[in-house]
Amino acid sequence: MPELDSAILSRLLTSLTLGFHIIFATLGVGVPLLISGAEWIGIRRKDDHYRLLARRWTRGFVVTVAVGVVTGTCIGLQLSLLWPSFMEVAGQVIGLPLFLETFAFFFEAIFLGIYLYTWDRFKNPYFHWLISVPVVIGSTLSAFFISTVNAFMNAPKGFKLENGKIIEIQPLIAMFNPATPTKATHVISSAYLTSAFVLAAITAFMILKKGNNEYYKKALHFTMVSGFVFAISTAIIGDFSGKYLAEYQPEKLAAAEWHFETEEGADLIVGGILDENGEVKYALRMPNFLSILAHGNPNAEVIGLEEFPAEETAPLFIHYLFDLMVGIGMFLVALSAQYLWSYKRKKGNPYSKYLLMLIVASGPLAMLAIEFGWIFSEVGRQPWILWHVMETTDGATTSEHVGSMFLLFFGLYVVLGWICTAVLLKMFRGNPAETEFEEMDQR
Amino acid sequence: MEIQLIGITVLWIFLYGYLIVASIDFGAGFFAYYGKITKQDHIINSIISRYLSPVWEVTNVFFVFFFVGLVGFFPSTAYYYGTALLVPGSIALVLLAIRGSFYAFGNYGVKESNVYTFLYGATGLLIPASLSTALTISEGGFISEEEGTVVFLVKELFTSFYSWSVVFLAIVSVLYISAMFLCFYADKAKDWPALEIVRKFALFWSPPTILASFLVFLALRAHNLEHFNNMLDYSYMFILSFICFNIAVWLVYRNKRYGTAFIFVMLQFFFAFFGYGVSHLPYILYPYITLETGFTNETMGIALVIAFIAGLFLLIPSLILLMRMFLFDANYVQGNREK
Repeated sequence: MPELDSAILSRLLTSLTLGFHIIFATLGVGVPLLISGAEWIGIRRKDDHYRLLARRWTRGFVVTVAVGVVTGTCIGLQLSLLWPSFMEVAGQVIGLPLFLETFAFFFEAIFLGIYLYTWDRFKNPYFHWLISVPVVIGSTLSAFFISTVNAFMNAPKGFKLENGKIIEIQPLIAMFNPATPTKATHVISSAYLTSAFVLAAITAFMILKKGNNEYYKKALHFTMVSGFVFAISTAIIGDFSGKYLAEYQPEKLAAAEWHFETEEGADLIVGGILDENGEVKYALRMPNFLSILAHGNPNAEVIGLEEFPAEETAPLFIHYLFDLMVGIGMFLVALSAQYLWSYKRKKGNPYSKYLLMLIVASGPLAMLAIEFGWIFSEVGRQPWILWHVMETTDGATTSEHVGSMFLLFFGLYVVLGWICTAVLLKMFRGNPAETEFEEMDQR
Repeated sequence: MEIQLIGITVLWIFLYGYLIVASIDFGAGFFAYYGKITKQDHIINSIISRYLSPVWEVTNVFFVFFFVGLVGFFPSTAYYYGTALLVPGSIALVLLAIRGSFYAFGNYGVKESNVYTFLYGATGLLIPASLSTALTISEGGFISEEEGTVVFLVKELFTSFYSWSVVFLAIVSVLYISAMFLCFYADKAKDWPALEIVRKFALFWSPPTILASFLVFLALRAHNLEHFNNMLDYSYMFILSFICFNIAVWLVYRNKRYGTAFIFVMLQFFFAFFGYGVSHLPYILYPYITLETGFTNETMGIALVIAFIAGLFLLIPSLILLMRMFLFDANYVQGNREK
């Protein structure tokens, strides 16, 4: 197969590793915040339910962290192994945030170790809670730093290219490039959001299976309130991201929206399919909404794909990914709002079967939205590895062994994913919350 | 001091740190498995897991830190090493991934699995062997540049006496460092039966370690005479290393002061590792990358050094806290504390 050259295979292997890693990375960024929150409420209200919640989440979290750490190590090294020419160039400009990310990771790793093994060591329970704070800071900061690296690839700034040589480097400008604010906040907020819904989904599943008791009710309420807050913030930041795209990467937005002709008062296309003549069929057209998304003004002009050379635009299938991501995001806002409304209303039933089943679905859906969002963002900047500076094919390795390495890592991730799931299931089935709570009561 | 020299020193210190903490981890994995098949696991495995559980993730970060720092300070290493090391690097990564995650599965998830312990033990010896290829390659002769592409000469590597002597040194010194550390830890835990076992390991692995070191000297002389001659200029470093080795082994043999003995083990490797490193200069990857040609631009170099110093202010107190809680807290080490 001639088309499977090193560059294509390198892209496949990188997406495989990242696609697997971000499941665990997302939980790694979001779950510590929820654990810390639950423990804090538990201490403040002297409520052992919340403290048990923090403990049980932590126990499962460690297993996912392990997979996150090792797959993160993989992607970290694969950057140099698969993209040596890219790293040689980019390393000179974005070495700083990459380096800082490992500091944040180091910080988190140290305190996570301490947190895990000091549950009953201190007389004052706030001391143990305090140790969770650096874990939250470390995980969020590492998400921030690594997002700035990705933002740089979308908006390379802070250097000049002269005859293939990089000059006049300004590390901070490269790090705080125009894409950084929206990218980093969207990544962090959606990681919090997804973690909240994943934990809510597990709780809802347990309520459906075992009926609701105090412990599960508190867990559901805590995760759904957090989920609501982060769903709103993610949606707002998502809107800013759209405006960023319109300004800095108009061809990415145009490809995502199947917006071919430059026009004022552009319609937003939702769903639909593209037939072989390039006609959009079966789509829902929302008048002037694309102009609102892009510029906050229903009559603003939105640049269409026709303005760009065809070989410099992304594949048009990213439209589906964009719609799925936004669709799931909207669903999560509506679902958590519905829960809160049922909870507040005297006659409402926040534990109705249909609502719980939707919550169970929301966890995997949120994770899917993360994947869709990443694929959209990454494929959307093709053919560039460095936006308008370096093409992806020029950054890849020339080694002939990428294909077999792909199979090797594919096997690894299958094994890791499978055993990780089995271990988590065994861990919680063998030791249900009810028995653990009784044991706590007896002490 | 020149910024390049600061950069490489920083990286070398981190690689040294990784050498010590990872050796403890890798060797402990092997001993844990060995203990299991010889039915001594009830004696030694509790002290091993009591030390490893809180720190295994930190150990891993030392490694990440080193290679991210290397690419940051010397971006051209990404180009040469990246292309050449795709296969050995990927294999090392898969081994590291299996090891790290299975440790967590075994220790935080389900208890007692023979398969996990076996994988943990076996990878503990394979990883140092595969990682040491990166150091071997830095001596030159295993990479060639043809028509603008970097080619890794696998056959050369597998048939080289030098590369096998480095692999041998890597494996035996991992077992030696780890056993010496476990002596200290068992002594601290007042766990005399465990101490008796790990003390035997330490004494057993000390002669091969020093033998392997001499072997590497000889092999390097045949492989890269220029580097070998440079090493002779720093011979006092290696003599100091040998003296520290003798003090450490003598202390363990006399069955006293295990803490001091382990400090001498660290000094032994410190002198040998820095002697090796300083005589390797100015080459990072012989003969393609030197300190001058491989270094990142001035601005980024300064930014990285500033970030590094700022980071140390955060890291050092945290590491001290970690050590005080799990290495020097007698109650924890003796297992009197609940998790």
